[in-house]
Amino acid sequence: MPTFFERRQLVTPGDLLAEGDYVAGENTFKEDDKIYATRVGLVDYEDKKVSVVALRAFYIPRVGDTVIGTVVDVGFSGWTVDINSPYLALLRASDVLNRPFKPQKNDLTEVLDVGDLVVAKIVSYDRTHNPQLSVNEPGLGKITRGQIVKVTPTKIPRVIGKKGSMISMIKQETGCHIILGHNGLILITGKSLEDEELAMMAIHKIEEESHTTGLTDRIFQMIKREKEKRELVKNESKN
Amino acid sequence: MSQKTEKLIDKKGLRLDGRKPDELRPIKIEVGVLSNADGSAYIEQGKNKILAAVYGPKELHPKHMALPDRMVLRCRYHMAPFSVQERKSPAPSRREIELSKVIREAIEPAIFVEYYPRTTIDVFVEVLQADGSTRCTSITAASLALADAGIPMRDLVAACSAGKIEDTIVLDLMDMEDKVGTADVPVAYMPNLGVITLLQMDGILTTEEFEKAVNLAIEGCKKIYAMQKEALKAKYVSVKEVEE
Repeated sequence: MPTFFERRQLVTPGDLLAEGDYVAGENTFKEDDKIYATRVGLVDYEDKKVSVVALRAFYIPRVGDTVIGTVVDVGFSGWTVDINSPYLALLRASDVLNRPFKPQKNDLTEVLDVGDLVVAKIVSYDRTHNPQLSVNEPGLGKITRGQIVKVTPTKIPRVIGKKGSMISMIKQETGCHIILGHNGLILITGKSLEDEELAMMAIHKIEEESHTTGLTDRIFQMIKREKEKRELVKNESKN
Repeated sequence: MSQKTEKLIDKKGLRLDGRKPDELRPIKIEVGVLSNADGSAYIEQGKNKILAAVYGPKELHPKHMALPDRMVLRCRYHMAPFSVQERKSPAPSRREIELSKVIREAIEPAIFVEYYPRTTIDVFVEVLQADGSTRCTSITAASLALADAGIPMRDLVAACSAGKIEDTIVLDLMDMEDKVGTADVPVAYMPNLGVITLLQMDGILTTEEFEKAVNLAIEGCKKIYAMQKEALKAKYVSVKEVEE
């Protein structure tokens, strides 16, 4: 039962990763006891599970995921939302308004219009139906202010870090409120534009260096340095 | 109009461009050359210059064309007006429409079409300069563009032609050899799975010659496959370096 690569080695589609009694994880497929990669990425062997962390992928909806999307169409009873995925999501008016409404009377564009951004949760999705969204939870709904950063959906786990270590550190250091959409969009809202920029910088750095170790510490140092630099500039302008 | 002005194989057994019968043309591959497409690849095989771009998966419009149980793969093979010696009309010709279908069917077995129902992938292949066996070179480029777009694939598809010129079975025909030679056998192959996804023959070959040509083409595909992998990894080398 051999494996053919080292952990974290770069593989391409079709590479034979393992043979024998293994379980095919993400981005792999099994055929006659052989496990092959299906995407470009880094292999991971975990006990009997073989998976590939994809370097490039698109977002496939999953029930329970938090996503950030753009309204692309307003219909009679709801909105169509682009969630950065092959499938468009639906958001029903009855879900947003929380009260009975009549399409003849209520104008849905007053609530959400084309181009508006929303944070929502996926409540249902399967192969035969497009995902349905809900904003019926605290923290969800229309985005009124903040910055949006887009990263590859596969890198969201890296931005979260081990048990949320990375994201909580960034939140603490920059004082920003950050919402991670599983579809690769990140919303940052802070007290000032400077704080938001700092958090954006950190996230871009994570995306670029997502495969390195000890990244949390380095991001921490970077934020600290940036803060000091800005403090200096501020003091100078005062003097 | 058969003008056999020069011999295709000289006394030393070398071809017009100095290759041995079982030698490929020099190949240069680059992945991710276009920033607006989801995935892209550029390949130079001898004088062939081909660009492939991939969009998707995305919702299919018009919607009635979408399939409820699988993804629709669409492909357009197109030759630029300046790709051949006489200006080619940019309108799709009969040949281009046929090649679009051939390329689509050669790359489809590599894609998990049943994973993402009701969606589509668009593949665009643009021949900038043509010098024989463009369908094979196009397949090689298209499969790389798909992998670059992050589309799950069973294997990369490598393609290569073999043929017969002056009673010799040769690998990777160029334009002149294709036109003057007696037979042309394009083959697309998934080396890790050992699956042939395209096999055509134009011309006359005996059974033994045909078998020899197919085997030779498969060997060529394996060599191209190694180059494909290298090119795909080269795009992410920077990522790896940081890691170490």
